Amino acid sequence: MSKISRRGFLRGTLQGAAVGVGLPLLNCFLDDSGKAFAASGRRIPVRFGTWVWGCGFIPELWIPTATGTEFELPAHLAPLEPYRDRLALLSGFDVKLDGVPNKPHITGCLGLRTGIPVPDLKVKAPTLDVLISDQIGDTRFRSIEVCSAGIQRSYSYRDAGSPNPSEISPLALYSRIFGEGFQDPNAAQFTPDPRYMVHKSVLSATQEERRALMGEVGAEDRQRLDEYFTSIRELEQKLALQLEPPAPVEHFEMPGAPPETPVDSEMENVMENHRLMAGLLARALQCNQTRVFNVLFSDTASNLRRPGSSSTHHTLTHEEPVDPQLGHQREVAWFAEKSMIAWREFLDALSAIPEGDGTLLDNCLVLAHSDCSIAKAHAVEGIPVMVAGNAGGRVRTGFHMAGKADPISRIGLTVQQAMGLQVDRWGVLSMETNRVIPELLA
Amino acid sequence: MRAHAKLVNVHRGLPAPSALCALALFALLAAAVTGCTDRGEPVLREPDPVGGPTLLRRLTQSQYRATVADIFGTDVPVVARFERGLRSHGLIAVGTGEAGISAFSIEQYDAAAQGVADAILGEEQRAEFVPCQPRSTTAFDTECAGAFMGQYGPLLFRRPLTNEQTQRYLEAARLGTEKLGGFYEGLKYALVGMMTSPQFLLRIERAQPDPQRPELLQLDPYSKAARLSYFLTDSTPDRELLRAAGAGELDSADSLARQVDRLLASPRFEGALRAFFGDMLEFDLFDDLAKDSEIYPAFNSDVAADAKEQTLRDIVHHLVEQNGDYRDLFTLDQTFMTRPLGIIYRQPVPARHDWERVQLSHDGSRLGIQSHVSFLALHAHPGRSSPTLRGKAIRNVFLCQEVPDPPANVDFSVVQDPSNTYMPTARDRLGAHNTEPACSGCHKVMDPVGLALENYDGLGHFRARENDAVIDSSGFLDGTAYEDAAGLAAALRNHPETSRCVVEKIYRFAVGRDTVWDERAYMDYLIAAFAESGYRVPELMRAIALSDNFMAISPPDQTPVGQGLAHNQSDGRNPS
Repeated sequence: MSKISRRGFLRGTLQGAAVGVGLPLLNCFLDDSGKAFAASGRRIPVRFGTWVWGCGFIPELWIPTATGTEFELPAHLAPLEPYRDRLALLSGFDVKLDGVPNKPHITGCLGLRTGIPVPDLKVKAPTLDVLISDQIGDTRFRSIEVCSAGIQRSYSYRDAGSPNPSEISPLALYSRIFGEGFQDPNAAQFTPDPRYMVHKSVLSATQEERRALMGEVGAEDRQRLDEYFTSIRELEQKLALQLEPPAPVEHFEMPGAPPETPVDSEMENVMENHRLMAGLLARALQCNQTRVFNVLFSDTASNLRRPGSSSTHHTLTHEEPVDPQLGHQREVAWFAEKSMIAWREFLDALSAIPEGDGTLLDNCLVLAHSDCSIAKAHAVEGIPVMVAGNAGGRVRTGFHMAGKADPISRIGLTVQQAMGLQVDRWGVLSMETNRVIPELLA
Repeated sequence: MRAHAKLVNVHRGLPAPSALCALALFALLAAAVTGCTDRGEPVLREPDPVGGPTLLRRLTQSQYRATVADIFGTDVPVVARFERGLRSHGLIAVGTGEAGISAFSIEQYDAAAQGVADAILGEEQRAEFVPCQPRSTTAFDTECAGAFMGQYGPLLFRRPLTNEQTQRYLEAARLGTEKLGGFYEGLKYALVGMMTSPQFLLRIERAQPDPQRPELLQLDPYSKAARLSYFLTDSTPDRELLRAAGAGELDSADSLARQVDRLLASPRFEGALRAFFGDMLEFDLFDDLAKDSEIYPAFNSDVAADAKEQTLRDIVHHLVEQNGDYRDLFTLDQTFMTRPLGIIYRQPVPARHDWERVQLSHDGSRLGIQSHVSFLALHAHPGRSSPTLRGKAIRNVFLCQEVPDPPANVDFSVVQDPSNTYMPTARDRLGAHNTEPACSGCHKVMDPVGLALENYDGLGHFRARENDAVIDSSGFLDGTAYEDAAGLAAALRNHPETSRCVVEKIYRFAVGRDTVWDERAYMDYLIAAFAESGYRVPELMRAIALSDNFMAISPPDQTPVGQGLAHNQSDGRNPS
């Protein structure tokens, strides 16, 4: 439709002179559907992320009474009203234990993410974010993990021996993404730095150790070495990307460095760090630094607390008596509601970024979940799950579905298929399933 | 995985040997590893080696830093954010044999390597580190690059480089020089390559036949050197140890003893003690430690760092400088302190910026490392103490007794509501556990121990009362009753598992894996030797380093050495 190309625009406006100005990418460079850039035909990428909060929910304040598209949002989901059409609410799906001991706050979370319940942190398969990043993560970072509650862990595992650690400081996150090595996607000039080439070639040389080493070690260590070489290859790919001009990105604004903030588990600090990190992550997704992320809002045994209180969210779930008037634990409800407000703020950050004919959120699939349903009993039946965003049109939202005790692996299977993985069966024993959730797939 | 717990159970309840022949009897009961001479003195003999597999161990953060400092000097910066070590069987040292290397880690190792390379090959310092002058700073000089490789390659890889490796990094340096137009620039990337190589980041152990025992293997000389060095110095083998390995000297008992004594006497030995005790005491948990600033205004990250340092300082001072009995760590009445720590201990510290040797308490209300802020604050909640967490930690950390997780479906709300005015102290609140059969089994092993430390709040301040009620800190530990924390200190000191546990943990730390059932006779031997030495930890470490068990490698069952890639197909990760 449009007669001007981006290159032509550059030549016409600047007479070909190489000057360092940011080049706006106008919507007229997009094709008619708004799904791809017209000039290059390159599709807007689809991103995947998980958003985890700890200690479950209060069912009567969270589960809508109606299923389908006509439902009222209960009190704790009320903050998400602006996103009701962009969310799929999935209640009543179970992690099936098959006799595996339920390690409180761990078994449910990792069971949901790997399709295999484990009695400890020793996962028996990669978490689904890693499976997905292997498919789509050909960006500068394979994935980015952040935690807003001061805990360096994540629930992203390639293997039991190597959990992916979380960034806990917004400033450190900023430096890692936008510090050294970051290339402005809209810079008018691109000069490849030969140091990246030299650096990459020495890493390639390291791969030559592979064959000899694999022959020297036992089977388990071979798997660990394999992982080492995979990590090296990822670094090589990252350097290779630095040698190519970055793809231009519409509406990209370089974020400023965030302030140094207190990093701990006090609720207000956590909310602030979460807002800052969500904003940085959204910008990183926008300019293709990563396509996969894992956010741990609060750890599964949530250490969130109010200033001056001797109890944490987690200890309260066990110790606070039920308020006879309310019929639930008052303090616990406060933390549960705050968690949903944070989730809303996360969606705000994604939808604040225009992309194509919509926003970044349209091109994301975010799987939000907790580790249990009722934290007091560490129940892994009915763990609350939400899918947000439309994965570039591959996912349908705007409904509430009751899982009726179906294995929760149905969700993981559906999400993987939506992200383009060739997988028709996932999970083990009672969790093994080939049944997707058709309502989710567009 | 529970073999270790079984091993402990066998001996639980046995009285501490008090006389020499009782000691011999004790050992005889267990595995007959000693005999009595005519004069009744025990003669300790090491049981035949059992051996474990060769391991692939990731350098820990402290090992990485110490290794770089030993090779390039202490003023070379290591700028990286190391991810936390994986803990297995109670130790990160064991986790190093299981941990993988994630993409994040490689990113960080790569950044650290670039920082080191920039520092030592930058204009200011290159003359100090490069043993030659290149013919030109803008052209490649094979000889000079080769000399640099020859000097640092073996130190980095802990063994001589193969020809292929040398060629590989020379080629990297040559390419770098050509593309970047500078000899030192090229050398930089060769060094970055070496420092991100698996040969540097992983300690790759290799085995060879054991001439004395055809049924067993033993570590090859360079693997022996690395195992020795990281055990006794938490750092890389130095030139002398590599030389001895290359000359085949580590196969001779006398030469090995000479090297072991040299390492034990070196200032680097302190690093090994700090690494072991920091690991055993789970000090990595300090990374996540948070305290409520309204309830504990005295807490901040400086205080946390001082608290860790205080305990490690006391341990090194007592075990090395004083050549003290390990068990006395639990009854020490002196300590090192800084002024910020003094605020928590209510102990005036005159020195403004330095460590001072002071009484831990003046009335005996605080004795031993288990009464330090490092222990009390780490095993508590952000806003209050926890007798359960502390009792569990005493059992896990000092006695090697595992306490299972709480059952998933338990209603705690009766138990621990701190605002419950009818239950002013933790003892009252925990009492409710005893009426719950699902709880009482484990709580009766944790709580009486932790309750003895209830006179210290969630940060470690002393307090006589909680919610205006006087705190009762009496309890019992495996049959020994006591009135207060000082009583717990004595009970812990005299518990037979206390010394057994540290022996097992040090051995696991040394070999990087859990102990196995077949090693119980060897454990008994070490424990007897430890007791005979008067519970001297450096002597225990010497005994381990000199034992055949330490270097023995069991023959691989299904996967012969050098089998190649045949099994690689079965590594499938995706279950689908």
